[in-house]
Amino acid sequence: MIKKYAVLLLLGAFALMLLPFVTEVTPFEELSPVAQKYVKDGPDELGSANLVSSVIVTYRGLDTLGEVAVLFIAAAGVGFMLRRKGDVKKSLRREASGILRSGTVFLFPLVLLYGIYIFLHGHLTPGGGFQGGVVIASGIVLLLLADVSAKINGTVLQWIESLSGAVYVALGVLGIVLAAGFLDNRILPAGEFGRLLSAGAIPLIYSLIGLKVGAELVGIIDSMQKDEL
Amino acid sequence: MITVFIIVLGLVMIAAAVLAVQQKSLLSAVLLAGVISLLASILYLVLAAPDVAMTEAAIGSGLTTIVFLFALNKIRKQGKHD
Repeated sequence: MIKKYAVLLLLGAFALMLLPFVTEVTPFEELSPVAQKYVKDGPDELGSANLVSSVIVTYRGLDTLGEVAVLFIAAAGVGFMLRRKGDVKKSLRREASGILRSGTVFLFPLVLLYGIYIFLHGHLTPGGGFQGGVVIASGIVLLLLADVSAKINGTVLQWIESLSGAVYVALGVLGIVLAAGFLDNRILPAGEFGRLLSAGAIPLIYSLIGLKVGAELVGIIDSMQKDEL
Repeated sequence: MITVFIIVLGLVMIAAAVLAVQQKSLLSAVLLAGVISLLASILYLVLAAPDVAMTEAAIGSGLTTIVFLFALNKIRKQGKHD
């Protein structure tokens, strides 16, 4: 009984805390000074048609590097906790249904291509490295679900992951040497606004992030599937 | 019109969340959590944030659901061994 009252009290306090967001909040009429600068100078300065990408990859590039590092630590933790003790015992798993198998044959190349499209066009259309990487990982999950005996080559995954991470940081350091600062994208020519090869290093950095995120997520799924309790 | 749509979307999300907590079957609860993420991604799209919507749809309703399902499978297998 007393537990119930405590829960109600907590909920009441929480509602009271959130009340100002309902009663006192006013919609933003204009952007903050920093955002105004990004919107005004972003397209000319960095040459990226998608302003969100130029903020994520360049203006706030350090945050993105931090996010990638967090994901890496999470993937490393899962890999450490769930050790891959060899193959999945076939007797334990059912064969996938015909619909799933033939659907995967048709869909897998398309999903993979779509993921690559998302991170290559990150500076032009919504989306970028993270989204593209997740789409690629979900395509590989489809493959793992459809084919019970499918194996992922862990060494290749580790190489893709570490190489793209190292090159990403190296590109960032190159920004200090050749341009205005760490992770500055103007180490490559800006190109024509709105073209695939434009916006300096943004497409390159997004491709590296996409490969890294995809490899990490596939690693997580693979160790979850192979782990034997 | 758009406000009504957003309010309806929010109400359906709350209903799905309550259902997910109340569910007896863990499988349905996991799927309902995926539904919430999918509706949230539609909400982000309506609020003109396509980048966030893509992330939510891919990670929230896609990958997280699959990871939960794998974990559920493991728990069931372990239960059988004991």
